[in-house]
Amino acid sequence: MLEHYLSLFVKAVFVENILLAFFLGMCSFLAVSKRVETAVGLGMAVIFVLTITVPANWTISNFLLKDGAMAWLGFPEVDLSFLNFVTFIATIAAMVQLVEMVIDRFSPKLYAALGIFLPLIAVNCAILGSSLFMVEREYTVAESAVFGFGSGVGFFLAIVAMASIRTKIRYSNVPNGLKGLGITMLITGLMSMAFMIFSGIQL
Amino acid sequence: MKLIENNLEKHRYKFEKGGKLEKWAPLYRAADTIMFWTSERTKSAPHVRDALDLKRFMMMVIVALIPATVFGIYNIGYQHYVAMGESFSFIDALGFGLVKFLPIVIVSYAVGGFWEVLFAIIRKHDINEGFLVTGILFPLTLPATIPLWQVAVAISFGVVLGKEVFGGTGMNILNPALTARAFVFFAYPARISGDKVWTAVDMAKDKVVDGFSGATPLLVASNTPGGQSAIHNVTGTTYGDFSWINMFYGLIPGSIGETSTLAILIGALILIITGVGSWRIIVSVYAGGFLMAFLMNIFAGPQSTGMFTLPAHFHLVMGGFSFGAVFMATDPVSASQTYRGKWVYGFMIGALAILIRTVNPAYPEGMMLAILFMNIFSPLIDHYIIKANINRRLSRATQ
Repeated sequence: MLEHYLSLFVKAVFVENILLAFFLGMCSFLAVSKRVETAVGLGMAVIFVLTITVPANWTISNFLLKDGAMAWLGFPEVDLSFLNFVTFIATIAAMVQLVEMVIDRFSPKLYAALGIFLPLIAVNCAILGSSLFMVEREYTVAESAVFGFGSGVGFFLAIVAMASIRTKIRYSNVPNGLKGLGITMLITGLMSMAFMIFSGIQL
Repeated sequence: MKLIENNLEKHRYKFEKGGKLEKWAPLYRAADTIMFWTSERTKSAPHVRDALDLKRFMMMVIVALIPATVFGIYNIGYQHYVAMGESFSFIDALGFGLVKFLPIVIVSYAVGGFWEVLFAIIRKHDINEGFLVTGILFPLTLPATIPLWQVAVAISFGVVLGKEVFGGTGMNILNPALTARAFVFFAYPARISGDKVWTAVDMAKDKVVDGFSGATPLLVASNTPGGQSAIHNVTGTTYGDFSWINMFYGLIPGSIGETSTLAILIGALILIITGVGSWRIIVSVYAGGFLMAFLMNIFAGPQSTGMFTLPAHFHLVMGGFSFGAVFMATDPVSASQTYRGKWVYGFMIGALAILIRTVNPAYPEGMMLAILFMNIFSPLIDHYIIKANINRRLSRATQ
């Protein structure tokens, strides 16, 4: 059983990296990868939020939205799955707010370190994407937690590596038209080419 | 020589700032540097007095590549004649190999050189010697049967997107030669993987000997079904002899420059003695690969695929492991810069390459992508090692 969760985790981190295999969460990846320290902050926040929101959305999806999920309330024929997107986004936003308040209360230091990134995460497509993948792949609640954590770690790894590369090329003589986002997009492409090393692994 | 020098000096003023041919200055300086010596002088500190400039540094790599290249050329001919079942002399094999190998190298240098010069002229930087190495490293990683247009497209990708968009030699993040090879590998997999491409015979026309398979030892090992031992299949093939010592000498099918571990190790010796290649990286790649293969041997169950059971010392002489360890991983630009970082970087390359060989059924060989993968993470390794150094010194200072 442990082996199953471990392989799910490895798959989410390396084989199907949310950023470099599916290109989700690109906006914050491109915007907040100038320095390694801030990238670590954002990456941590994403791990944290993903680990919480994916199981939370799983609960909502399985007890309220799915076809026949409301049977326990006495409505077995109701199918609310068309509300997936709206509900997931709302859950994510609410969860992020909640997490923000909890962190602020119990660890002001971490709260100060994460700063603006916590609220920003609410609109990160990697978070919504993971929840949608969870529905599509019909994970159990434990699997969805592992998957959420793995996706977060994958995002963390990619953004921290990107930040260190951008630090390294800070003094590179990049052509004018490519400076900034242009070269970052190219690096992202090269990074995802290198991440192809794991594609094809059966777990 | 005096004549050329006088001529170059006579026309120098045209290429200097404000001269008629100022645009073409990179070409002039390249010719000047190749024939004589650069007339450049450092204008600001630090003034280092050392003969080891970029030119000599890169030439050393080319010198170190000579054994592997010559052996590769001979091996193209050797594999061809053995597959055809014809008798041949040493010169025959070398000649046949040259006919196959030279066009690939010429296309690689010409097309890559074209981009290098174009960028140098437009962006007003000098033509770097680094390209001389990329231009020969890339053909050595290809099978002898590769179509020339694919060589041209791939080296364009490698030079432009792998290097020039970052500003040229010394600023790239990935190894340009491997970027080019990864491009061919993903764009035209049919011509760079499988068992039909490694030997220079025309399957449609040429009549090959019975039992000819053309598969590389790695492919044989990775095609071993679960429950059988890979070593039995590798050394016991009906065609060719893939014993350890044979694979070490290198008369086996494979990419042009990668087959002979012996020739590559001679190159490694040259690189290490001259200090051009980092011995830390070379040693740690081999260590990482050996330990990982050993670990896989321990994990191997009765039903696991053949690669798991392959002994560790076999892994090190098969496929592109040695070539990658000695010539690709040691690229001073894309590798880790700190000494401790080099150990981590090299170890991870070796371990990842073997891991991919064993657990990823999609690729029989993992060396190329393992190096590219660690190129991505080498700045991160450096970042944390430098940070640790700073913290250590801070704590020492405040005590």
